[in-house]
Amino acid sequence: MYGNDFSAEDAPGGGLLGEVEAAEAALRAAAERGRRGGPAPDEDLAAYFAAVVDADQKIEPRDWMPEAYRKTLIRQIAQHAHSEIIGMQPEGNWISRAPSLKRKAILLAKVQDEAGHGLYLYAAAETLGVSREELVDLLLSGRQKYSSIFNYPTLTWADVGAIGWLVDGAAIVNQVPLCRCSYGPYARAMIRVCKEESFHQRQGYEILHTLAHGTPAQKAMAQDAVDRWWYPSLAMFGPPDTDSTHSAQSMAWKIKRFSNDELRQRFVDMCVQQAEVLGLTIPDPDLRWNDERQSYDFTQPDYAELMRVISGDGPCNRQRMAHRRAAHSEGAWVREAAAAYAAKRAQQQKEKVAA
Amino acid sequence: MSKEQAPLWEVFVRARRGLSHTHVGSLHAPDAELALRNARDLYTRRQEGVSIWVVPAAAITASSPDEKDAFFDPAADKVYRHPTFYEVPDGVAHL
Repeated sequence: MYGNDFSAEDAPGGGLLGEVEAAEAALRAAAERGRRGGPAPDEDLAAYFAAVVDADQKIEPRDWMPEAYRKTLIRQIAQHAHSEIIGMQPEGNWISRAPSLKRKAILLAKVQDEAGHGLYLYAAAETLGVSREELVDLLLSGRQKYSSIFNYPTLTWADVGAIGWLVDGAAIVNQVPLCRCSYGPYARAMIRVCKEESFHQRQGYEILHTLAHGTPAQKAMAQDAVDRWWYPSLAMFGPPDTDSTHSAQSMAWKIKRFSNDELRQRFVDMCVQQAEVLGLTIPDPDLRWNDERQSYDFTQPDYAELMRVISGDGPCNRQRMAHRRAAHSEGAWVREAAAAYAAKRAQQQKEKVAA
Repeated sequence: MSKEQAPLWEVFVRARRGLSHTHVGSLHAPDAELALRNARDLYTRRQEGVSIWVVPAAAITASSPDEKDAFFDPAADKVYRHPTFYEVPDGVAHL
């Protein structure tokens, strides 16, 4: 199992979904335990904040919080939201070309979920005092980043399967601990997101399983997709712990629960058996079980490549941003029409009341 | 492009008959009708509800957490509001 700050064995359902449910139960239990509202009139605010976090209680929007905590959360939640929004593109690319009506409908539902996740997260970020317009602008102007993984192209239908299995799988491993984040609105949004993500991961796995058990050409296509997505997926966990700048403080604030390397290891350990069932090979000749560590040894992704892609030089960065900007500006008339209609209706209502 | 951000709405969903509406999140929409439709698409894609309320966030008046002590104190000294305050003599049933 993947968590070490709680027991997953007795979690309903088991696996990652079980962990999400356990996180939700813990959130309820913490709320039951907590009888504290705000700080006493003479209480030191920083001490009060620390006490709430230490007691595994949630910080809520109107609570006092350190400015750096607020900023860190806004940055993290916003980048997470941007990733969901940009993440619609690689898969959206295949909606019209999915091999059957059923697969089209499923993919459409999945991409709609990604939009929904972006919106839950933008709403969570807004509770910290940043406006939606600012957030959208930070993405469109390139001042805030999104996950580097979405700058890779989806070349074949098998890529849609590999994204579901590996990319969504890595995202879930990253995100399940966020269900226990100390900031209430983020934790609650993540619980919703993770419950929905597990459908995404399974649909991807099913696509690959079908291809891997099809014709030799289909199996080769599935293997090719895994070969291309494996290392970028490992890179999704971020730079190695020795180079990670935000980790220690985020851990102390209980925004983050595990280090990048711990989560990456957890992901690798989880994938090996799943790849065996698929009958596909993880493209790492040095992947082997380490009995001493009770984990797999594996080849690290190319972090120089990760940094290049983050800084804008991935295969699809420009295309993704251009598409997002175009979609935003092409949707302007819809927003304007809806606003004009609402204003007209409000005006009519006012006249009716006056008459 | 509209310069003004569409207003914020808080969304409450009744999950099933017999349960109260529970706050599930928020969204932006120009008017109530669109807020309701957006809420349906955003918060009930998996049959999470049988009824939705949308409330303009600006219309909500909230107590402030720093007022907690003064604001909720009156409840603390009225323990007799809880049934556990009363001692039930042995042998009394249905009470």
